[in-house]
Amino acid sequence: MSSTTALWLSIAVIGAWHGLNPAMGWPLAVANGLTERRATAVFATLLPLGGGHLAAMAVALVPFAWLLGYLSWRHVIQLAAGALVVLYGLYKLVQPRHPRALARVRPTQLAWWSFLAATAHGAGLMLVPFMLGLCAQEPPARGGLAAAHATVMGTLAQSTVGLALAVAALHTLAMLLAALLAAWTVYRYLGLRYLSKAWFNLDRVWAGSLVVAGAAGIATAL
Amino acid sequence: MEPLFPDPTFHPSPRLAMAAEPEKLAYTALLSPDRSRPDAIAVIDVDPASPTYGQELNRALMPHKGDELHHFGWNACSSALSPLSGHPFLQRRYLIVPGMRSSRIHVFDTHPDPTRPTLLKTIEPEEIVRKTGYSRPHTVHCGPEGIYISTLGGGGADGTQGPPGVFIMDCRTFEVLGRWEIDRGPQQLHYDFWWNLPRDYMVSSEWGLPPQFENGIVAEDLLGNRYGHRLHFWDLRDRRHVQTIDLGANHQMALEVRPAHDPSREYGFVGVVVDTTNLEASIWTWWRENGSFHARKTAVVPPEPADPAVLPALLKGFGAVPPLISDIDLSLDDRFLYVACWGTGQLRQYDVTDPMNPTLAGDVRIGGVAAHAAHPSGRPFAGGPQMTEISRDGRRVFFTNSLYSSWDTQFYPDGISGAQVMCKVGANGGLELDGDFYVDFGKDYGAHQVRLQGGDCSTDSFCYPSA
Repeated sequence: MSSTTALWLSIAVIGAWHGLNPAMGWPLAVANGLTERRATAVFATLLPLGGGHLAAMAVALVPFAWLLGYLSWRHVIQLAAGALVVLYGLYKLVQPRHPRALARVRPTQLAWWSFLAATAHGAGLMLVPFMLGLCAQEPPARGGLAAAHATVMGTLAQSTVGLALAVAALHTLAMLLAALLAAWTVYRYLGLRYLSKAWFNLDRVWAGSLVVAGAAGIATAL
Repeated sequence: MEPLFPDPTFHPSPRLAMAAEPEKLAYTALLSPDRSRPDAIAVIDVDPASPTYGQELNRALMPHKGDELHHFGWNACSSALSPLSGHPFLQRRYLIVPGMRSSRIHVFDTHPDPTRPTLLKTIEPEEIVRKTGYSRPHTVHCGPEGIYISTLGGGGADGTQGPPGVFIMDCRTFEVLGRWEIDRGPQQLHYDFWWNLPRDYMVSSEWGLPPQFENGIVAEDLLGNRYGHRLHFWDLRDRRHVQTIDLGANHQMALEVRPAHDPSREYGFVGVVVDTTNLEASIWTWWRENGSFHARKTAVVPPEPADPAVLPALLKGFGAVPPLISDIDLSLDDRFLYVACWGTGQLRQYDVTDPMNPTLAGDVRIGGVAAHAAHPSGRPFAGGPQMTEISRDGRRVFFTNSLYSSWDTQFYPDGISGAQVMCKVGANGGLELDGDFYVDFGKDYGAHQVRLQGGDCSTDSFCYPSA
């Protein structure tokens, strides 16, 4: 597996991880499905949640991608970004409480809530090292499929902002699929009891994964 | 370190709460009517399998005298499981105990030994009034932004400087954060409040200002219809008043607000203490339809004629006892509404399956201004059924007998010795006093609100329906 594929795969896996984390909102889809007694309400809730998540990813990724336009700084940016993500993870480890502003969002403002929840948790930051890693990839040398791939990657690399958006899109798609899986399983099969029995406190695991992602970013840059 | 799993007493829906393990302990607020002793929280064993069943295990004393404990509540309820609130790993562990006369707030920790609550923190009245402009803290609910506490008074010595309202306290540090209201509209009086969290509204009710209750009921104010008689509806996340419903000036004192527990149901009930035109008490149903609120009187309890010779001075001229609905409580399945008639000494059970048409399903009589009905055990019961708490499974109803120290002596001049009794509820309704359950707190203490271990029908709010 080339490192490019590995990076894209990581982005999708992180998407699934975000989708499965209840703090990103799938229990809301269950609640709305049960309240309206319609399965379609589960999907209707997840779509704006996905929209908000996508926006949160873009807001975190695009500035870094844009900065990367200054090629001479590439190394510094990668290191600084990695350090930032590690620090934010450490902060979340020490101070796991959620911002009270989140509780002030109306239950109907799903996209806004999702955007704020993802941003406050540093969900977008978690992707930054991987995106920067992708931007830094040299196009692989020759070969049929590899050459075609290289062309695509080369074009993307010319537009790092485009790459950032592609990363956000793939990540959000994976996030939505995982959230749908979680919400649907609880809504249709497991029942609400599952919420109180098996809802792990993922806050520290989440903070830990921020630290790991940041450290990985630093390691690649060194 | 936060726990890894949600507190086992967090129930996503009302139905799951009903199916959970029954309560083993009850906490009851005790008050010293003459303020000669510190008020207390009594811990009662309500586990039928326990050798000390029906006995008072311990009494946690307040650090000062004269608090006048009234209502109190848990620091967290099932709504903490809401994904929006973002803190599902709180523990239902601390009792928030306001002193209604002192304006002091106590935080008791029920861990590690739930039979021995220990005082964790005392918040002095000066801090509350400085941060919020409010005094006389009363009802406690846990909600999206932390712990919400309603107050009955504003600033100043007699609590009349500025309107009373709701303030917020941090649910982990128990720090008073500030006023909840951003736009209070025409609201000037306060009593109870509750909400529908997913539908994002709050409902509040009105009693009176401190000079109208602290030294006893003011007959001129009552006959002049100057106590509260309105319901207020609020946008919960916006903290904004949206609608007032006036029940009519003769419907004096709209007290307990009980919304349906299932958040997909957009209705609730409120009890009115007395109609000054005919001494009736009434139950009103309020509901939301197309975004606006409505309310209608759906049940009345008539006064009962009595020989003026046996009546206290306040009632002699009427030759009748008003029922005085002082508390109502709704079972978790939204099926039975319990109505405490503190004047006539009756606990009524209404079937409210059709909320617009409550039908009487059961009743018991005990105490009462004129009747003085005894407990089935043969023991006397002073006062009448007052603060009512239903077990989560809906099979047991606990109640105490004191209303408010200065009002107790006006309606029951012989004094009210604190007591807690219990009714058993049939599977399909019907109500019977349990002859074996009688907790006697002695003549030095009055008994007020009851809280059950693991949550109860007047503190838990839910973010998921019972589907």
